[in-house]
Amino acid sequence: METLEQIKTRVELAVPGASLTVIQNGSPCAQHSILVDNEHALEVARFLQQDPQLRLDYLSNVTGVDWLEQVLQEKSRSRRVIDGVEREIEETTEKRVPGYLEAIYHLYSMELKHGPVILRLRTSDRAKGTVLPSLTPLWRGAEFQEREIFDLYGIRFEGHPDLRRILMWDSFADHPMRKDYVEPDDYEYEPTPHDEVLERARQHYLPRT
Amino acid sequence: MDEHLRNELSRQGIFVTTLEELYNWGRKNSLWPLGFGLACCAIEMIATSMARHDLARFGAEVFRPSPRQADLMIVAGTVTKKMAPQVVRLYNQMAEPKYVIAMGACAISGGPFKQGYNVLKGIDRYLPVDVHIPGCPPRPEALLHAFMTLQEKIAAQALTGEQRPRHLRADAPGAFPVPEFGAHDLQPPHNPEVWTPPRLARES
Amino acid sequence: MTGPDSSHTHTDTASPPAWRRPTYELRPQAEGDGRMLEISMGPQHPSTHGVFRMDVMLDGERVVKLKPVFGYLHRNHEKIGESTTYLASMPYTDRLDYFCSLTNNWAYALAVERLAGLQVPERAEYIRVILAELTRLQNHACLGGFLLQDMGASGTPLMYAFREREKILDLFEALTGARMMCNYMRFGGCRCDLPPGWLERARALVAGFPRFLDEFEALLTGNEILMSRTQGVGVLPRELAINASITGPGLRASGVNYDLRKADPYGIYPRFSFRIPLGDHGDVYDRYMMRVLEMRESLKILEQALRDIPDGPIIDPKAKIRGFRPKPGEAYARLEGPKGELGFFLISDGSPNPYRYRVRPPSLINLTVLEDLCLGHHVADVVIILGSVDIVLGEVDR
Repeated sequence: METLEQIKTRVELAVPGASLTVIQNGSPCAQHSILVDNEHALEVARFLQQDPQLRLDYLSNVTGVDWLEQVLQEKSRSRRVIDGVEREIEETTEKRVPGYLEAIYHLYSMELKHGPVILRLRTSDRAKGTVLPSLTPLWRGAEFQEREIFDLYGIRFEGHPDLRRILMWDSFADHPMRKDYVEPDDYEYEPTPHDEVLERARQHYLPRT
Repeated sequence: MDEHLRNELSRQGIFVTTLEELYNWGRKNSLWPLGFGLACCAIEMIATSMARHDLARFGAEVFRPSPRQADLMIVAGTVTKKMAPQVVRLYNQMAEPKYVIAMGACAISGGPFKQGYNVLKGIDRYLPVDVHIPGCPPRPEALLHAFMTLQEKIAAQALTGEQRPRHLRADAPGAFPVPEFGAHDLQPPHNPEVWTPPRLARES
Repeated sequence: MTGPDSSHTHTDTASPPAWRRPTYELRPQAEGDGRMLEISMGPQHPSTHGVFRMDVMLDGERVVKLKPVFGYLHRNHEKIGESTTYLASMPYTDRLDYFCSLTNNWAYALAVERLAGLQVPERAEYIRVILAELTRLQNHACLGGFLLQDMGASGTPLMYAFREREKILDLFEALTGARMMCNYMRFGGCRCDLPPGWLERARALVAGFPRFLDEFEALLTGNEILMSRTQGVGVLPRELAINASITGPGLRASGVNYDLRKADPYGIYPRFSFRIPLGDHGDVYDRYMMRVLEMRESLKILEQALRDIPDGPIIDPKAKIRGFRPKPGEAYARLEGPKGELGFFLISDGSPNPYRYRVRPPSLINLTVLEDLCLGHHVADVVIILGSVDIVLGEVDR
């Protein structure tokens, strides 16, 4: 199979305006992935599915990921003159990386027996802009998996034929796989509670009489 | 009645019993479980009813698909919050006298999945349980043991008096409220008539 | 069969509500009187293999609409996997597809090994293949039993299947200490070595298994009732199977030659000589036959593996059991489980817990086409079509 750089060049030629970024993967398996912009995602995916050299006819896996807002602290040292004396000062600058939700598609080819090509789609934020194009019109195998991501992460897939909750009940309000989800406080009492469990037990359960 | 005299009489071909014993003997040897599996434990339940472990020895191999025909509910596996209302409803549909075996760690307390947001932390929050079987999953032998325990329990039940079981009391409930799906959790999260939070065993 | 999404109504995506009731697009039959009956099969139904529910719309006896409803066994496997260490998730994988705990173990170990770059010693690879194929045998045998049970052959075939399953579970128990929840694989190898005499017992079982298969087949494969109930029922076209990501015997019954043991080999499968059975029609009968033929091929693999297994270590000495922290990165690994392609996708952020722990559940994805398979058939056929797809709810809902 071609390298991701070659695929990226060919896709950008075939789909005008599409912007693709190759995301490096630090693990030894070196499964790198391609970040696709949401506007052209469907076109790019269609190209990958139909291109005779790639023929990625099989969508194996769709994963939702929640990336929280990160605060990166960068320390820098600089020399400055303060009160007439030159001193070395350590400064900490905070850099905010906004959070987003991500859908990761693992594509393979059943015909040519190669893969994976990994596509990533990212939402603009975690609150309101959680909309991504659905790839279910191209690969029906994404149907339940995208529904699951909608249910558990709250990404709305535009163009999905039947976007309903799949695992939780319909009137459930939260998206429980998000990292900041707070689960109902119904933990079972433990016989010898300690630490956090003891605190919880104190709050909820009757003291020994 | 004197045990010795009874044994002596039975050797002569005369069987003496009480109505209570006869009644309990009949019930304990024809427990019909509800054919109803929730999770992993259900496979061990099926294995119990198969050739090697042979649940039929206890008169309990007749798994009924309908709750109306069953008198034993084996809660075999994890009860999720999405499934809990259906489990309670099935229990309510069973005819008295009815018994519940909580099979496996999940049905007792949530087991390994206790941290789960969709996992009910034990079916005894909504239903009265007669026998608990620990294990994940319990072996078929453990389920057989639970049957024997339940049979002993039935055999010891009194027909009259203060100790008589629930199905012989007019005032005791035979059905329990079915929880409803809320926005974040089941409503109510447990049935206070059946289950109260345990007290702290140790105050450090 | 028309396009992939022809059976669905399109939602208004501009303002999708948080939930909505299923809307039924009806397909009236020519002979029906147009009056529909809506029934809910499950979650407590003797033939749904657990707590699965289907909302079925019937026109007389014919299915005109079928919507699967999931989540009655949603045990939050993935959320728990993110809050525990890598190794602590291993026993949870047992409970995914609780018929096949050892292949689940292997798939998860494979993903972590890719993530951390671990090698598996030769002997451990052989043990893994032996256990995976034994798992396949007992899964397929039980599937045959359950399928026949659904068809109305109450009891006997299932008893035969469980008789064989118990023998295989005895082997698992001797090796791992548990019948079902084996929790045996470790990252970079296996937990413990084979006990003395285990290989001889396994060889005896493999030698005796064809006799069971012959008996099973003599009773069933040519059986007239089975053939008339299953042939031409629930036909899955090849193109739809690929497009809907169907994997496992269901895919191969539709004639697609895609078995990961050959197509994307993992472990030491390239060393063994075996064939991939393929179907022609993609109906329930073909799916049943795939399982029977796969069992025979598994026996071939087992014979070779039990003959060639070498001595040696069973775990990579570099593998750390405690304090295991893979470098930041991600890995996807998949293998050919008895139900289909079982995959694990892990994202590491360098901490002891995975940042994201995702299971690719073959049972769930194979249900994508359930409605297409059932439309137009009798309601009694729904049960055997579902049985031939082979689902386990622990994996469907996780």
